[in-house]
Amino acid sequence: MADPAKPQDSNRPALALHVPEPKYRPGDPADFSHIDIGKAGASPRPDEGIHPSQMADLAYGLVRVLGEDNQAHGPWNPRLDPETLRTMLGHMALVRAFDERMFRGQRQGKTSFYMKCTGEEATSVAASMALASDDMVFPSYRQQGILIARGYPLIEMINQIYSNKADKLKGRQLPIMYSSREHSFFSISGNLATQCPQAVGWAMASAVKGDSRIAASWVGEGSTAEGDFHSACTFAAVYNAPVILNVINNQWAISSFSGFAGAERTTFAARGLGYGIAALRVDGNDALACYAAAEWAANRARGNHGPTLIEYFTYRAEGHSTSDDPSGYRSAQEREEWPLGDPINRLKNHLIAIGEWDEDRQAAMDLECAERVKATTKEAEKNGILGHGLHHPFHTMFEDVYEELPWHLEEQAEQAIRERIAKFGTERPFG
Amino acid sequence: MSEHPATLDENVIEERRLNMIEAINEALDIMLERDPDVIIMGEDVGYFGGVFRATAGLQAKHGKTRVFDTPISECGIIGVAVGMGAYGLRPVPEIQFADYIYPGLDQLISEAARLRYRSAGDYIAPMTVRSPFGGGIFGGQTHSQSPEALFTHVAGLKTVIPATPHDAKGLLIAAIEDNDPVIFFEPKRIYNGPFTGFYDRPVEPWKKHPDSVVPEGYYKIPLGKARTVREGEQLTVLAYGTMVHVAEAVCTAKGVDAEILDLRTLVPLDIKAIEASVEKTGRCLIVHEATRTSGFGAELSALVTERCFYHLEAPVERVTGFDTPYPHSLEWAYFPGPVRIGEAIDKLLKD
Repeated sequence: MADPAKPQDSNRPALALHVPEPKYRPGDPADFSHIDIGKAGASPRPDEGIHPSQMADLAYGLVRVLGEDNQAHGPWNPRLDPETLRTMLGHMALVRAFDERMFRGQRQGKTSFYMKCTGEEATSVAASMALASDDMVFPSYRQQGILIARGYPLIEMINQIYSNKADKLKGRQLPIMYSSREHSFFSISGNLATQCPQAVGWAMASAVKGDSRIAASWVGEGSTAEGDFHSACTFAAVYNAPVILNVINNQWAISSFSGFAGAERTTFAARGLGYGIAALRVDGNDALACYAAAEWAANRARGNHGPTLIEYFTYRAEGHSTSDDPSGYRSAQEREEWPLGDPINRLKNHLIAIGEWDEDRQAAMDLECAERVKATTKEAEKNGILGHGLHHPFHTMFEDVYEELPWHLEEQAEQAIRERIAKFGTERPFG
Repeated sequence: MSEHPATLDENVIEERRLNMIEAINEALDIMLERDPDVIIMGEDVGYFGGVFRATAGLQAKHGKTRVFDTPISECGIIGVAVGMGAYGLRPVPEIQFADYIYPGLDQLISEAARLRYRSAGDYIAPMTVRSPFGGGIFGGQTHSQSPEALFTHVAGLKTVIPATPHDAKGLLIAAIEDNDPVIFFEPKRIYNGPFTGFYDRPVEPWKKHPDSVVPEGYYKIPLGKARTVREGEQLTVLAYGTMVHVAEAVCTAKGVDAEILDLRTLVPLDIKAIEASVEKTGRCLIVHEATRTSGFGAELSALVTERCFYHLEAPVERVTGFDTPYPHSLEWAYFPGPVRIGEAIDKLLKD
């Protein structure tokens, strides 16, 4: 036997392992001119009942509506009225203001953790606005825009981030892992891509019952490498599930560029075609294109034509989380050089170009968003911030593991409360 | 106590007798009938009726949107079931063999088990995962495993293992109605008849066993309650699944006055029944087919030692499978059979 650790002598050519490498590392000038972003308005908009095999151009191309001239172009223009566009812009601005404030809150020690979605606001706000409010969404951790678009109270978001006594999740979940049944927003899990087959299952259930509601899941491009994503695509295709599988391709999975999820060889949308799923690749920084793609996919699902996979091509403008420093692995210039710009600026410029908005109103709106978040933060802080003792009673730690407490959890709850009394005495109010 | 006759009157044969497969099939049929939200799915469970026939006839009767085949993807089967539960259905997915449940573990452990807790009751996972488990059928490494300890270690899951047709039906109905995720392991060695561990003797069918008398219609056996297989004074045997019958046969053969508890539910465990029995007998033997190290027997042994220490007259004994993968040709050397159990009983009763 040859030593498997040593190359064998042979006349055959030596094999070489390819390890993907991003184009730019810290200190490098960034240049994205190699990325073909096509032309706004150039993609055809097929009938929602189209067979996936006819969608290759849409899966490898890029659906864009907003052009360099800030006007809406082509068949994907959703033709939204100005009021809806201003609402969309307002939601996106509020998301950004919220992210800024919460990020600072983490730095000030008010909570342990936060994740921004800067640069990706359109992929949650605009996309979810195309759904009905009772369509079920299965988000990842970077779709706070859906909660804001659906009118979830900001104070509930902050209470959850602070894990305070008003936190509806009772301080059990890491900050930003929201859940709201009333808003058809599924409980966020730390385990990546698990929500994809769950969304398919929810959609299958809706179909089993002859309901009219559909489901949508969101996952980052990095997480498409998980087996759950493959399972979700297979089940969605097999059962023609009324589901939208959204992939947010923001180029980065923490420090790993999208090449480690397979982006060097194909698009993420194109994977849908292999399963027989309708596939769209969309400018993720173009709010109108995001809305139009989600609307198309929702129509397709509601018409029993089956699932759609949408790749939103965008850029993660900030660090992965408050625990991450992107200057350690990528060029600081990438954000400025990103060819698809900023989703909020582009929508703002569009509204200005069509005479429905101006810089003064934008400035006033930004100020109002910042003030609103600030005031709500102060309100939420009255319920406590992380580690300041305004937490839920100890017994709640043992509740909801099961519907009822079995004997061993009752015993452990008694132990925890005994320990609290031993440590703090019985006077402590938040038992 | 048994809720049914412990002895069989040969002259009265009107009582309906079922094997475990038939009892499970009937439980599923009843629940499909009673609750329009119950959905059965898994590999080969639909048209074909399952590789063990547990779902035979159900698709024809209830339709293919209630009982259907799935792709070969355990991750997908469990993940989709979590989503169905979030919608409001009550899915009963099947994993063809417990040995193949591992691709679904992340969905079971990180999702189904945690959903109620992490969402503070916003969402629940009222699903029952059925899966044949255990050895004794020359199934080799991947058709014989007993992975129950992987699940009993997960907060938020319930683990149920029936040992008779009567219990299989009642426990499965209770599991399906339970609003928490339940792992329902079916000991496939005893699908067709109780197995005593004396593999060289002819196998008896369930029809000759009193616990194959299965009432018609709906009934359930509460989760978390053990069954006293027989009362005794000399020692307590804690067992579940196939090993209940093996332990009982060995005690009978040796003439030992053992009290045998069929645990039926591992989590939540019937600790009161265990304490009462061990306090009475002062000796405890734990029997399971799964490998020894960190097996569920270790938890049982620790609980008995912690809670009944001053009543114990001998160290708690464990009889288990060996800490090896399940072998094919050496199955009966691996299986915790009459010799291994007999030696443990002798050791426990020595003083």
